[in-house]
Order: sequence, then structure tokens, then C-alpha cells
Amino acid sequence: MSWVWFHKLASPPHAYRILGKMAPWFGWTALALILVATWWGLVVAPADRLQGDGYRILYVHAPSAWMSMFTYVVMAVAAGIGLIWRIKIAHAAAAACAPIGASFTFLALATGSIWGKPMWGTWWVWDARLTSELLLLFLYLGYMALRASFDDPQRADRASAVLALVGVINVPIIHFSVEWWSTLHQPASVTKLAKPSVHIDMLLPLFIMMAGFQMYFGWIISRRLRGEILRRERNANWLKEAN
Amino acid sequence: MDLQSFFHMGGYAGFVWTSYGLTLAVLVWNWWAARRSEAEAQTAAKRRNELALEKTT
Repeated sequence: MSWVWFHKLASPPHAYRILGKMAPWFGWTALALILVATWWGLVVAPADRLQGDGYRILYVHAPSAWMSMFTYVVMAVAAGIGLIWRIKIAHAAAAACAPIGASFTFLALATGSIWGKPMWGTWWVWDARLTSELLLLFLYLGYMALRASFDDPQRADRASAVLALVGVINVPIIHFSVEWWSTLHQPASVTKLAKPSVHIDMLLPLFIMMAGFQMYFGWIISRRLRGEILRRERNANWLKEAN
Repeated sequence: MDLQSFFHMGGYAGFVWTSYGLTLAVLVWNWWAARRSEAEAQTAAKRRNELALEKTT
């Protein structure tokens, strides 16, 4: 097996060009999937037996919560690759993940809080699921603050990578928190290994929305990573040929 | 389903529409921030290229 493509991908001009080509595909796919899922989730899917139409918050809450954790794992893996193999572009990818992840975490917390008020009777409880998700937001913010505190990008890369790797422990804690500790939050009803306990008419728009958010992440990370690549290139003469 | 009951969301209108509105805001913000960050980096890199060119000539 040839590793040429892999090494090419780590070359800044090549990656810059590829990302620029991929970005619109991600973007348009994301837009189409999110529009279909929104229409399906708000109009087509039936109301819940217990929560009525209030449960429709699920279609934005669960995908954003999923993306908040997914983005963190991508960030930690990229940071780890950058730390071990000293690949500049991996550090750039990790740095590009942080603001996206922070925004999804904020969205998961905010929509969860709005959903909690009518269903639990409270905006917030200090239980394991909510607290560990809040910790995730602080991890993202801490990561960004740490990066910003260094003038030397290489030192910023290394220090923030260590923080990203230590913080990844929080991700399984968030996922299993609803099983390990008592909570108001409902347990997993989609990702459990046995048959999911949600009806297919309600489940399909959720999967489409998750796919849409995933594509959306691909779109935004492509744009942000291009910027990060340029910031690390002191002499980007190749920029004249690229677009 | 008629339009009025659609907007009413079975009495959960405030909660449902605020959630979807926030989601829209976050998605648009990410797009805007990423584009701005990319454009800033492009301008800075082009500027550096020009400065390097001036030094050599």
C-alpha cells in the first residue's frame, strides 16, 4: 500500500487546495440534509405520547450534543498526532476544531435547558450529565485561552495538545453519566446496543439531522483549517497558484 | 395540520421555536466566523508574500 497520498495530505499547499475543493460539497450536502430533517422533524414526525410537540427539541438538541463530543474526540486525536509525530497540519486541525466544538456544546446546553424547563420543571440541575457537559464547554474555552496566551505557535500547539488529551477523559464520562449516576436526564434511547426504543418515524429525521450536522462540521472545519494552515506558513509562495 | 397549530406547537411554541432559532444562530455564526477567519489569514499571507518580494528586489 502506498502512503504517498497520506504524505501529500500533510503538505500544506496540497491540503489547502483539497480543503477548498471539498468545502462547498460538504456545505451543500449539509444544507440539504438539515432542511429535510427540520421539515421532517417539525411537520411530518408525529407528536410524542407524553411530551406532545415539546419533544421536537430533540432534533436539534441530540445532534448538537453528539457533535460537541465528536468534535472533542477529533480535536484530541489531531492534537495527539501532532504531539507524537510532530505534524504541523494535525495541530492546525486541532486548533480549528475548538471554536466549532465550543459552539455545539453551548447549543447542546442551551437547547437542553430549554427542553428541561417544561419537561422537568427546571432549567438546570447539577447532575452528572449536565455538569460534565458544562465541563466540556470549559475545556474548549480553556483550550482556546491557552492557545491565545502563547505568542509562539509551536509552543501553543504543544501546550494546548496536552490539555486536549487530558480532557478527552471527560467524553466517556458524559456518555455514560446517565447510567453511572442518578439523573433527571433520560438514558440513551438511540445509541444503545439493543433495539432503539424510539419509533422509526421519529428516529429517521434524527439520523438525517445528525448526518447533516456531520457534513456541516466538514464544511466549517475545511474553511477554518485553510485559515490555520496559512497562519502557520511564514512564506506561502504557493498561495499565488492556489485559490 | 394547519399553519396555526404548527406555530402553536401544542403549547410548547416558546420552547421549540427558541431552540430552533438558537440552532440557526449558532450554525450561521460558525459559517460567518469561519469565513472571516479564512479571509483574514488569506489577506495576512498575501501581505507577507508581498513584503518578502519587496525585500528580494
